[in-house]
Parts: sequence; structure tokens; C-alpha cells
Amino acid sequence: MYKALKARLFQGHRTGRFPAVAPTLPDHFQGRPQLLAGPCPKDCSACLDICPAKAVSVSANGPQIDTGRCLFCGKCAAICPRQAIAFGQEYRLAAFAREQLVAGASAAAWAPPTAGNAQCRDFCGQSLKIRQVSAGGCAACELDFNVLGTLAWDMGRFGIQVVASPRHADCILVTGPVTRNMLLALRKTHDAMPRPAWVIACGACAISGGVFADSPETHGGLEAIFKPDLYIPGCPPHPTTILEGLLRLMGRS
Amino acid sequence: MNMDTTFLALPNGAAAPIADLPVLPFDDFRAQLIQAVMQDGLRVSSFFATPADNQPGDFELIAVLADDRAHLLRLAASRVSKSYLALSADCPAFHWFEREIAEVTGLVCENHPWPKPIRFTRPPVGKGADVLPGVTDYLRIADEAAHEVAVGPVHAGVIEPGHFRFQCLGEEVIFLEISLGYQHRGIEKMLVGGPDVRSAQLIECAAGDTSIASAWCYARLLAALSPACQASPAAELWRGIALEFERSANHTGDLGALAGDVAFLPTQSFCGRIRGEYLNMTAALCGNRFGRGYVLPGGLRYLADNKKVADLQAWRKRVHADLTNALDLLFDTPSVLDRFENTGVLAPADAAAVGIVGVAGRASGLNNDIRLSHPYGPYTDRPLSLCAEGAGDVLARAMVRRRELDASNQWLNEALNAATELSADEQTSALSSQHSPARALAPSMIAVSLQEAWRGELCHVALTDSHGRFRHYKIVDPSFHNWYGLALTLRGEQISHFPICNKSFNLSYCGHDL
Repeated sequence: MYKALKARLFQGHRTGRFPAVAPTLPDHFQGRPQLLAGPCPKDCSACLDICPAKAVSVSANGPQIDTGRCLFCGKCAAICPRQAIAFGQEYRLAAFAREQLVAGASAAAWAPPTAGNAQCRDFCGQSLKIRQVSAGGCAACELDFNVLGTLAWDMGRFGIQVVASPRHADCILVTGPVTRNMLLALRKTHDAMPRPAWVIACGACAISGGVFADSPETHGGLEAIFKPDLYIPGCPPHPTTILEGLLRLMGRS
Repeated sequence: MNMDTTFLALPNGAAAPIADLPVLPFDDFRAQLIQAVMQDGLRVSSFFATPADNQPGDFELIAVLADDRAHLLRLAASRVSKSYLALSADCPAFHWFEREIAEVTGLVCENHPWPKPIRFTRPPVGKGADVLPGVTDYLRIADEAAHEVAVGPVHAGVIEPGHFRFQCLGEEVIFLEISLGYQHRGIEKMLVGGPDVRSAQLIECAAGDTSIASAWCYARLLAALSPACQASPAAELWRGIALEFERSANHTGDLGALAGDVAFLPTQSFCGRIRGEYLNMTAALCGNRFGRGYVLPGGLRYLADNKKVADLQAWRKRVHADLTNALDLLFDTPSVLDRFENTGVLAPADAAAVGIVGVAGRASGLNNDIRLSHPYGPYTDRPLSLCAEGAGDVLARAMVRRRELDASNQWLNEALNAATELSADEQTSALSSQHSPARALAPSMIAVSLQEAWRGELCHVALTDSHGRFRHYKIVDPSFHNWYGLALTLRGEQISHFPICNKSFNLSYCGHDL
């Protein structure tokens, strides 16, 4: 008992101060892409050719990146001869509609979308119970969501809790590209939840299939199965990105 | 038997022309493999079937055995058609591999003691009806007193899916059967025809908590197949540093989770936070907490300047003090030790027979660590100490992790010091500009690469075609060897001990399912 107390004093108070204080992110952090307007050189397809997830497209106004597909590997930024692509420190990547995930060159400063599902905001503003289902996830999304339950993040402070039974869940947070072998279990879990059963797609795989989009063993993400109410891009998303997205879904930021 | 004439010998991370691979008559092949494993103490690192050239329906069986004493891998092949006499009945270490071969190719492994699917994937075209995941004939006890407990694929926590079937008499588990495959994404098939722009990402996602080991395994395999992908000693040193961060993060998380499973909340809480510190150290190297994109073919994505190295050194020291405090408390608590000790025993003889690797193997007295038996990169001239126990229980698996955390910490200290002494030229040599080697590799070769990932031995084998593209890519994750070991520990154990037994292995579902 005394030993445990002594260790507790030694370890100190370690819960992070997000969202009151902005997160400290690593200097090589790959956040929301920042794109330079203007036409690309004719015949240049360097960014398209190097993207592992077909996330880049080129418009008359320069490159666009679908952050729902993007693995945030930064290869396109490294190869672009125009240096038209950069990945900044913007970690607020979550969005409420698929089309909001496409980043393009824009003169206006970018702000994360605020108009999420109004009913979810009303019902779950103070308490959000989440049932997580991994449907082919590689464990990275799962681990960086799970970490929000540790004392470093303590998402319980905001009324967010992981529940074991789908019967107790307000929403389902899905990771992975939805493998053929998990489709039935995913559907059954969703069926067992009380309605309206909101859906969160966490990570590039769940949003679009990610690097597995073309595999015949997967369904290429959630889109074909349920319409997500929240999309959290990344491979995997940083824990701050996930938490910030959940808080925005609850109308708490 | 003269091993040098029967098998092709390769060091870790080397390649040879496929033409040099001895193709033995099947009976000879079978006898030699069984003798090598059962009598000479070699281990099965990989065993798979690849379609034979120009003979539709024929397959080449390829075996990669690890000879730990000689620090070599020994390879042999044999050609089969439709069916062959299974090795498993005489050598249990082939059991899971042969189930995989039958499932993937449709070959019949005659006399296999337990011919069942391991991933419930679609059968090869024209070979049987479609299968449903987890639907199979489970071993059952025909007794009214017995009952069956079915768990999963969706579990109670935030964890990957798998199905567990317990046959119980009261509280006692007589038999546990584990059905996997829910995470199957078809990675190996997607790698065929590569390397291409997505190959490295697919490999990093094979088991996402093992990204550094996987990327490094792949990078060393490519280096064996293409001079352009060779990495400098400085790059290899940094890859080692990243791998030990990965190991430290996961071992810390596992010990915290074990504490949580016996309701010892202080260490659970402390380790939950400390694990994140190691992930953040990895992120300091490359921006991503799992090290995605850090290890590239030919070198590294980013360099760390001396200020960053000094910061990491101080950070590591601080975190290790916190970790030591958290673990001293755990291992000094009688109620914890009481739950860990003699729980989930995997006897050394069983561990050796089924081919257990890594932490679980070392906990059952198997002195096997690829960093020592098949040393590579920075481990060649900077060896770590072997951390083995012998009791094979949950306590032994926890102790191996604890001792490995100390060994990694000491190694990191020396490696980070060595990193500050690198000259500017050596630093620059570590950088890779190859984001995706679209160029072809050496044609018609077979290459093998082993890593000691945090769970244990990770093995990649690649065969290239005549154009220098992957004809076959085989990944054997440590979990592939060890899931069956977990099932064995539950025999005769209380069902309420399943969580700590499971956590003491902490195996990967996706790494197994691929």
C-alpha cells in the first residue's frame, strides 16, 4: 500500500491538457495537406504516380488530395517539382461528409467543419458511448484510439467511454477496410445497437479502404455498407486527431 | 546427413539464384526436413507452396529452416502435384504451415492430423464450396457434464477480431480452439508483381504494431536483391534504434495490460502513459508514432541532428526511470505474483515441438533471438544480452519482457551515443531518396530476411521472376508460430485465467491473417 502510494507520488500527474492547450506535435508530423494554387507543368504526374493510395488528383488549379484515402506518407510532397504540396501541423482532420475530406488549393484559411449530426450533438453532447469494431484494421488505429482511455488522455473527462456491449453503445467506431470475413460480424454488431446508431470511420482503411482499397478480400471501407457520421483521416490518425473529432461530433469544440 | 549438400545455405538477408535451390525428390525432402527439425534442432522459419513454372496444377514446396548454431538459413524445395504426405504427423512444427498450404493451394496434405482452414479464405478456383469465417467442426467433448464457451469474433474491448472456442468441465478448460482469418486482407497476393508504390505500405500494415520490424525486414530483403537498395551502417544503426523503441513501447504496454488483467491499477495506469512516451520518441524520428515511412529501401526518410539525439537520450533516460519505478512496484506485489506464477504454463518441450518463437519461446527456455542467432545490421557488432527464463508461465513471459526492456534501454543508450559520433558524411549516407523503387530487382532469385520483431521472429521470403518482379512474397509473422502455443497453455487451466494467458502472449490477429 505504501509502496503504491510512493510510486504514485513519483509518477506524478500526467494527464495532458488538450483541448485547453494545443497539442505538442512532432516536428515531422504530417497534418492536413497545404496545396499551392496554379497549374502544374504539362505532362507531370509525379505525385499521381508515387501515391500508394490513389489519393492525389490534379485539377486546373493544381493538385488535390483526398484525405480520406491519404496515408500521410508525404511522398508526393517530397517528389513534387513545383513544391506545391506540403503537410502542415494541422491535426484537426475529421469531417462530417465525405466531400469535406478533399483538400485543394484555396485562398481562404481552412477551418474544420462544425455542422455535424445535430441529433448526435443533442443526444450525446455530454456522454458518448462507443463500441469499437476492428474490421481488418492493422492494430495501429485501434491502439491509438485505445490510448485515449489511458491517463495521458483520459477521454472519460468528456463523457466518452468505450463499452463492451453494442446494446450500450451510441455509436460504432470502425477501423480497417472491412474484410470479407468481418462483414457479417460488423453488420450484426451494428444491428444489435439501439437506433439511430451513429457510425464513425476511423483511419484511411475504414474511410476508403486505404492501401487495401483494391484488394478483392476487402470491401474498400465503410462507405458501401454504412454512411459514416464522422470521418477521421490518417494512417493511423494521431490520438489528438481522433479525440478532437469526437469532441466536434459531440458539439464540444 | 551432410546439411551443406542437401540444403542451400544462406545468411540472414541474402539472396541466391532460384536455380541453386536444391529440388529434392519428395520422399527425400520429407525425410531430410523431419530429421533436421526433430534431430538436428533446426527450426521452421517458413514453409510454403508456390505454383511451379510451366506446369499448371503443380507446386513447389519451399522450406526455410533456421540453423541457429551455424547462424544460417537452410533452404530446400520439392515438386508436388495434387497431394503429398504431410510432415505434420511426424513433426508438429509443420502443422500450421501445412494447414495454410492446403487452404491456399488446394493441395491435399495426406494424413495431416488436423486438416482445417486457418483463415477461412475463399478456396482456390474450382476447389470446393465457399467457406464462412469460423464455421467448422470444432473438437467437442461428448459428455453432458461438459460445456462450451464461444467468444468473438467481436470482443469486449478495443481489440482485433478472432474466435475462441473453449471446451470446459466446470471451470477447467479441457481444450481451446482458436479460429482466425477475420483480418485477412490478401497482402501477399497484393505484393506479387511488385515492388511498386504501395508495397512498403502494405508491409508496414501487415501488423501495424510491428511496422518498423516489417519495413526493416522488407528493406533488407530488397537490399539482397538490388545494389541500389543497400543501406549504410549509419542507416542500419538508426533502424535498430527505431526497432528498440518499438519493442520498448509494446513490452511496456503488455506489462501494463497484464497488470490491468489482475486488477493492479497503479502499474496499468503508469505503463499506459509510459508506452506512449516510446511511441512519441518514434514520432520524433519521423512524425508517426508507429514509425510509418521511417525505414525506406536504401536508408531512412529523415536524419536526426545532434540536438535531437541529445533530446532523445535525455528523454529515454527519464522514461526508463519512470518505467523502472512502475515495474518494481508490479513485481514487488505478492497478489500480482500469485496470479502470474504457475498460470498458463507452456512446457519447454511443447514450446520446442510446435516451434514457439520470441518472448513466449524464451519464457519457455528456448534460447532463440534472431538478433543473436542471425545477427544483422547494428546487432552484429553491438550484441544484446539474451533474456531467457524457463518456467513458461505468465510470470516468465512478464519477466522476459521486463529484462528485455532493460536490455533495450542499455542498447539504446550505447546506440544513441554512437549516433552522436557519426560524421556528417555518415549521417547523410543514411538518408534514402528512394521513396519507391520501381526499378526491377535481380531476376529469378530467392531472398530471405529475418528480424527479431518485438513478439519474435519475423520472416520474409521473396522469389523474383525473370523480369525482376516479385513472383511470390511470403510473410511469416511471429504470431503465426505462437497462436497454437496460446491454445496449449489453456489446457487444464481455469477459464478465468484466459485473459492473462492471452495478454502474456499478446499475439497479432492481422499479422497472422495477412
